[in-house]
Amino acid sequence: MQPPVMSYEDLPALMTLMTGDEKHGHASESTLDVLWVLYARVLKVDPQAPDDPERDRFLLSKGHGPMAYYAVLAATGFIPPDALPTFGRYDSMLGQHPDRALIPGVELSSGSLGHGLPIAAGVAAALDLQGRAGPRVFCLVGDAELDEGSNHEAIALAGRLGLSRLTACVIDNGSSTHGWPGGIDARFRLEGWSAATVDGRDHDAVESAVTADHQDRPHVVVAEVERRG
Amino acid sequence: MPTMRDRFMNVSGALLDERPDLAIVLADIGFGYFAGAGVVARHPGRVLNVGIREQLLIGFAAGLAMEGFRPIVHTYAPFLVERPFEQVKLDFGHQGLGAVFVSVGASYDAAAAGRTHQAPEDVALMSTLPGWRVHVPGHPDEVEAVLRSTVADRGLDYIRLAESVNPQAVPSSGGLMPIRRGSARAATVIAVGPSLAPVLEATADLDATVLYASTVRPFEGETLRTLLGAPEVVLVEPYLAGTSSAEVSAALKDAPHRLLALGVARQEHRRYGSRWEHDRAHGLDAAGIRRSVTDFLASAA
Repeated sequence: MQPPVMSYEDLPALMTLMTGDEKHGHASESTLDVLWVLYARVLKVDPQAPDDPERDRFLLSKGHGPMAYYAVLAATGFIPPDALPTFGRYDSMLGQHPDRALIPGVELSSGSLGHGLPIAAGVAAALDLQGRAGPRVFCLVGDAELDEGSNHEAIALAGRLGLSRLTACVIDNGSSTHGWPGGIDARFRLEGWSAATVDGRDHDAVESAVTADHQDRPHVVVAEVERRG
Repeated sequence: MPTMRDRFMNVSGALLDERPDLAIVLADIGFGYFAGAGVVARHPGRVLNVGIREQLLIGFAAGLAMEGFRPIVHTYAPFLVERPFEQVKLDFGHQGLGAVFVSVGASYDAAAAGRTHQAPEDVALMSTLPGWRVHVPGHPDEVEAVLRSTVADRGLDYIRLAESVNPQAVPSSGGLMPIRRGSARAATVIAVGPSLAPVLEATADLDATVLYASTVRPFEGETLRTLLGAPEVVLVEPYLAGTSSAEVSAALKDAPHRLLALGVARQEHRRYGSRWEHDRAHGLDAAGIRRSVTDFLASAA
């Protein structure tokens, strides 16, 4: 893992390059802190070798509002910061949903919700079949995204197959229309996952949770952030 | 005669022995065969059954492809193409990944099962997606040939198996194969996959050039353009009528022609019974094809 090119404090300015807004609080993007912790502290990825077969895989399933993702990719050297002002333009690599064919280091083209976790389960199974000991697979989804039934197909199978290299990060900003009685983590536990719920703005807590030993089971970290207004 | 599906399962099991990067992904349907044939025991990790979860079937297979596997994804046509269509569109084409999809059931092989198990629209749907090659074999030997060639490739292939078969296989050229040549003023009849046998019977005593296609996407139009005699062209497809009409029109864009497109009618046919009865109802048996062709040719006179 390469050290970040920039710091966490630089992220708001990077997002401003995309939005033109004068000020960006860190809380303006629900995914920002988890993304930062993953890229700055957890993921074994290298912008100089984005296709290294031994790298960790990170799949951003929640492709909506990708400015935090792009800011983190710029801060960690995957994309040049001067690409950020092109956000959304016709000839930009940076659309309103990320495209793996256009952006170095992006594993998944996302936008339509509910696609990432099933694919991540397949990636984890493939790495198991190949006997690769190192790579871990992380997939970030939103709590409202979990409304999509395809996620629950993947949650069930990943639990049965014991895909232990798979970690799902659920950003919970309370935006699921009908909510999750009993808690999001309970849904995963029922299917055989290891689960933790943490403050999604607490970097140490997020790091500790996503790197916790979960033995022979897939793992979910529910990162709670401010309720969506 | 062994069915197309028998051949598919035998060959794909053998290919799994040969190719460590091959995986078969199932949603329950077909798993019993692979288990019974010993394929699961030989390759327990590479015959993957996700259960009755068709969205996951596609996404999970895409994840395998993302890491270099060549997945063979198999189930009934409506559950492979229609139910998870957005996954087919995004998890493979949009991600730039490849796979071999193999369906069974065709338009109404499971006629007695009713509408839920019928998919006459599958080829039309797959044709809307860029990059997919669509294969409609007419004989088990053709199934083996196309399966071996597509597995060896890295692209996007959809192979549509059917219970109806032609008496003899046609060696694949990837395009339109002349089966019978008529006079210079003959009409042209294009038979797709299992439609060949009834087409040959229907046109046996007619002055017609019969062309055969077992791969319909991409549609190879050059042979049609070269061999076109009379302006009358009849397209016989064992799925939704007119599925390849635009391709025929594009191939003949600078040649005056009249097109009759035969296939499964667009309205829902609420009957059970057998596939032969449905062929008859849609005018796709030999008698029905002959009636349509002779009426069409008479209207040109």
